[in-house]
Amino acid sequence: MVALQETVERVKRIGDQYRYGFETLIDSEKAPKGLSEEIVKFISQKKNEPAWMLQWRLKAYRRWLTMTEPTWARVEYPKIDFQDIYYYAAPKPKKTVTSLDEIDPEILKTYEKLGIPLREVAMLEGVEPKVGEEDPARRKIAVDAVFDSVSVATTFKAELKKAGVIFMPISEAIREHPELVQKYLGSVVPTSDNFYATLNSAVFSDGSFVYVPPGVRCPMELSTYFRINERNTGQFERTLIIADKGSYVSYLEGCTAPQRDENQLHAAVVELVAVDDAEIKYSTVQNWYPGNSEGKGGIYNFVTKRGDCRGDRSKISWTQVETGSAITWKYPSCILRGDNSSGEFYSIAISNGFQQVDSGTKMIHLGKNTSSRIISKGIAAGKSQNTYRGLVTAHRKATGARNFTACDSLLIGDKCGAHTVPYIEAKNSSATFEHEATTSKISEDVLFYCIQRGLSQEEAVGLVVNGFVKKVLQKLPMEFAVEAQKLISISLDGSVG
Amino acid sequence: MALLEIRDLHVGVEHREVICGLDLNVHAGEVHAIMGPNGSGKSTLSHVIAGKPGYEVIDGQILFKGEDLLEMDPDERAAAGVFLAFQYPVEIAGVTTMNFLRAALNAQRKARDQQEFSTPEFLKRVRKVAGSLNIRQDMLKRGVNVGFSGGEKKRNEILQMALLEPSLCILDEIDSGLDIDALRIVANGINGLRSPERAMIVITHYRRLLDHVVPDVVHVMSKGRIVKSGDKELALELEACGYGQFEDAA
Repeated sequence: MVALQETVERVKRIGDQYRYGFETLIDSEKAPKGLSEEIVKFISQKKNEPAWMLQWRLKAYRRWLTMTEPTWARVEYPKIDFQDIYYYAAPKPKKTVTSLDEIDPEILKTYEKLGIPLREVAMLEGVEPKVGEEDPARRKIAVDAVFDSVSVATTFKAELKKAGVIFMPISEAIREHPELVQKYLGSVVPTSDNFYATLNSAVFSDGSFVYVPPGVRCPMELSTYFRINERNTGQFERTLIIADKGSYVSYLEGCTAPQRDENQLHAAVVELVAVDDAEIKYSTVQNWYPGNSEGKGGIYNFVTKRGDCRGDRSKISWTQVETGSAITWKYPSCILRGDNSSGEFYSIAISNGFQQVDSGTKMIHLGKNTSSRIISKGIAAGKSQNTYRGLVTAHRKATGARNFTACDSLLIGDKCGAHTVPYIEAKNSSATFEHEATTSKISEDVLFYCIQRGLSQEEAVGLVVNGFVKKVLQKLPMEFAVEAQKLISISLDGSVG
Repeated sequence: MALLEIRDLHVGVEHREVICGLDLNVHAGEVHAIMGPNGSGKSTLSHVIAGKPGYEVIDGQILFKGEDLLEMDPDERAAAGVFLAFQYPVEIAGVTTMNFLRAALNAQRKARDQQEFSTPEFLKRVRKVAGSLNIRQDMLKRGVNVGFSGGEKKRNEILQMALLEPSLCILDEIDSGLDIDALRIVANGINGLRSPERAMIVITHYRRLLDHVVPDVVHVMSKGRIVKSGDKELALELEACGYGQFEDAA
């Protein structure tokens, strides 16, 4: 694990490249800076959208004009000039490379340390195979890996189609499945929901659309496929997942690899709909650029994620590992509308350097005998601020509502802060809400104990923190749990002493 | 050459000198007992050798295998063969004892440019040592020291010591909080590790442990210095007369 330090340095070096990213001149395939009805029309036109979609966007845009930015979160940042942002740019063509050999070996090593399979690296880095060309000098593995990933993706598509699962970019779904999109888009997060969600509704670039038909158990985790296709989904991502009666789907977004993006503001919206007896499991690993060691730069991640347990006995489960971004403002929530429905929120939020995290969940109990569970693990290091903000509420008619909440915070060093802001409202007497919270400091004695046994300072912190978050890590799909574990150690570099 | 050589060591904690000119030579194969009243600097000495932060070495030298130990980081000292069995072993929630042992062992082996053990080889070693210390398998699957009794924690220290195979073992009041049966198990574990290549420093208040782990040399520490050294008979004498006589001598 001595190698950990190297990884950390490599990731840092990649971090430096972000800086250059901001200076990159993007090609001409873009709208002028700023936001207006014309820009919204331009985006819609570029995407060949039907008239109803444009109207939907315009309605959101007009609403957005009347709104003001929320200020209640415990985060500080300079005022954003929304007229100084590009709202449409065609995906930047990456420099075409034909084999992994052409990619900076340092970057490859980072991927390797994170344990990301080569074929996915190839896709993430945009390697395109030159068909019909045999270059004996080129490492065989790279080419194989690419061809392999193409075939994997195709196999996935065929298999999903056989099961009747619709899985495509939302821009395609708007054209190919307008009835589904019209029925569900904005039904969980209305266009008027909040400043950033409304902005997203007006200008969203792309994202994923998933529909799982009644009684179907999605035959695979919608993860690997997504990760391969993830690049260029852009800063205003829009995702809509519908699980019809008695269906099941597990979806993973994000990736442990360092994410380079020159867009500073990210405002995504994710909507989940679970009909009777359906279950959706949604996992996130977020590792956007957090800014440099002086706190300059970094992504502002203002996300609205909400699931609607619309049907009886439906279930929605959110799991998130948040390590990146300069500012995270994110509350994946569940509306427990159906009787006997249940919602879960498992979270690991790590902040280091000058990062600010204000994250948590809302569990809104509306149906009878609904239950929810919240396990939040916040880790603050460096000069960061880490806030858990949560709401658990039971409606007057939500008899028998149950919630269990456990919020644990771990502080590393003495210049960071951890805050817990739980709101609990029970409007009927039969609700049972339990709340547990702890805040602890990673103790010098524990670290010294580990170090005396031969672990380095970084390894010791990584070990203790991974122990702290273990319960949540176990909720991640297996393959990602291992990556996430390494990511957590890397994220906390330089947090002590 | 002594395995451990301490010359005229002066150590301060929060502007107070707590070790005031200590000399000690420990050779491979020897077991040294350090006895003394509370506050005489025994635990401080063990911490300074292991490299715990918070102590200021004002003067003096510590050589380990001829190398300047004070120039080494604590994890480097561990990899070089210094092991401290803690008086109060800490709890680490969520990290199983098995994982912890493995992380520690591999970190040390890596630092020494040795190959990591394969999983079967590692498991074999742990099982063997655990068995001899009466440590049940389920204990290894629990968080490090979480919910362990006092005796279990101390046995876990010996387990780590046996697995890491250090050349210098410092046992800081390993006998505190142990009943007679647990003491016997721990003492047997320690005796099993005595070897011509390995030295031990056993810090204790009581002669009781030294009946089981018979030392080659007994030192009496008082007010930050070693005030008397002798053979195992010295421990008996101390038990009979107390530390009072040495308080004056120091």
